[in-house]
Amino acid sequence: MLNPDLKLNEKLFDADVEKKATREGYGTGLVAVGDKDKNVVALSADLTESTKADAFAKKYPERFFEMGVAEQNMAAIAAGLAESGKIPFISSYATFSPGKNWETIRTTIVYNEANVKIAGHHAGVMTGPDGATHQATEDIAITRVWPIIKVLVPCDSIEAEKATIKAGEIKGPVYLRFTRDKTPVITTQDTPFEIGKSNIYWISDSPQVSIFATGYMLYYALLAAKQLEAENVQVEVINVASIKPLDTDSILESIKKTRCAVSVEDHQAAGGLGGLLSEVFASENPVPMEFIGLQDTFAESGKPEELLKKYKMHTPDIISAAKKAISRK
Amino acid sequence: MVDLTDSQIIDLEKKANEARQLLIETLLTAESGHSGGPLGLADIFTAFYFHILKQDPKNPDWEDRDRLVLSNGHVCPIRYVSMAMAGYFPVEELKTLRKINSRLQGHPHRGALPGVETTSGPLGEGLSQAIGMALAAKLDQKTYRIYCIASDGEHQEGNTWEAAMIAPKYKLDNLTLIIDRNNIQIDGNTEDIVPLEPLRLKYETFGWNVLEIDGNNIRGFIDGINSAASVRERPTCIIAHTIPGCGVSFMENDYTWHGKPPNAEEAAKALSELKAAGAKL
Repeated sequence: MLNPDLKLNEKLFDADVEKKATREGYGTGLVAVGDKDKNVVALSADLTESTKADAFAKKYPERFFEMGVAEQNMAAIAAGLAESGKIPFISSYATFSPGKNWETIRTTIVYNEANVKIAGHHAGVMTGPDGATHQATEDIAITRVWPIIKVLVPCDSIEAEKATIKAGEIKGPVYLRFTRDKTPVITTQDTPFEIGKSNIYWISDSPQVSIFATGYMLYYALLAAKQLEAENVQVEVINVASIKPLDTDSILESIKKTRCAVSVEDHQAAGGLGGLLSEVFASENPVPMEFIGLQDTFAESGKPEELLKKYKMHTPDIISAAKKAISRK
Repeated sequence: MVDLTDSQIIDLEKKANEARQLLIETLLTAESGHSGGPLGLADIFTAFYFHILKQDPKNPDWEDRDRLVLSNGHVCPIRYVSMAMAGYFPVEELKTLRKINSRLQGHPHRGALPGVETTSGPLGEGLSQAIGMALAAKLDQKTYRIYCIASDGEHQEGNTWEAAMIAPKYKLDNLTLIIDRNNIQIDGNTEDIVPLEPLRLKYETFGWNVLEIDGNNIRGFIDGINSAASVRERPTCIIAHTIPGCGVSFMENDYTWHGKPPNAEEAAKALSELKAAGAKL
């Protein structure tokens, strides 16, 4: 069942569940953090409206900087602003930032330990019709391997707002991942969110498999859990919004109980959440593991749900993976 | 601004000569590092650290200091030498350049050494960072100036032009870019690799105030810097023509000296030339 302690959206499994894009949470979170601290500034690379930096730009025009189509410049200028005491939030599509400007971020932001927050939007195949060039599917892999940086992947618009605000409050570089399309609201304002903490969103008495999900895919993991429960297969679903730092203790505690795992993400199956977890498991407690994500391929243009089905990242795929993991024990 | 007297200029030239000698010794001890660019920039760095910069070597994080961003980070040996001579850290520490556990990283790291405004090495990123600092200064109505030294070769990096395009948009008259126009890069002469000319025209058409000066003439360089301070609403670009390897006859204008240090024999020869030149000042 849904963990009652977390005060989740009770209408989560309704057919007309409320849907909101996580990028909306970035937009409102950015204004909130800008309201509290006048040193917060925002930069955009010609994607202001799409990355929802427009509300901030309108409210604080003197603190908003339009960089044009120049993501490397945006990252390094942000580093310079941070070196002078500002708290810059930079946003673009994740394929371009941290994609195109990966080294610029590495040198001027991460290695410099500059207080810059990087918002990567249009993450995953969920981006839809724009196609693979605009669907960021390797961005968790290329950011989590940097030392120092924190990597946050909120599961819904509410968590996205909290993550954005938290990112603005702490010192140091942060990567935040957002999606384009409206996705189900899973949490409420009362649901806890903490960097470095992962909570169990679906609980069972004797779970047989741990399903770890990051981002909006948590919703599909929860759907899978509900269906599996109806088939008498007990599972545990954990929301890994904080990729880095990882809540290693909670994660290991879960697989100690279940002894097998499934990772679920809108990302390549390699290198992202799955890769991260398998590194932890291999070091501490090797267990059979199945990986839901893009299986070493680029996706394509299409409607998000169609793409999830075609690329085997939908609820039935999660269910099969859970059963397979259990059978491999 | 008061003009420097001839005797003040000679003092600076003596310091630049001393810096060149320290540089050779430092590179020899390090057994790796760049010779051409640092020797060529010794006059400019001396001018910065001993005249131009509003700074406090004992307080490198002083909020109202002038900022000097080094975009072509590989020339850091001459920056480290200048900083040591100016009192940021003991001259003795120069012996640790590029060694393990050293604060003097092969390419400057902000976290390692106070006074190094930013990390650099990968080319094309410094001007952008300087722009960020200049924007912050404008926001906070600060009067300190931001200087950025960049190489000519790194203008082959697209990021440099992104930065060049945006600085005039924000009317950053608190920003001065100094391009070390020494015409060399790793693989040869810049004009054979990817021609940069007409460089002055490029910056002018982008909206910058542009000067061209002899980068090995300290008075000329300081005059150029001073003139930038009175230009409103536009950033200034000083194209500083320097001789790579300046001061060491067998290194001058030879691109093969871009990225290597002198060996013991070469260092001895270089030092004797520099000492002789210093004695004449």
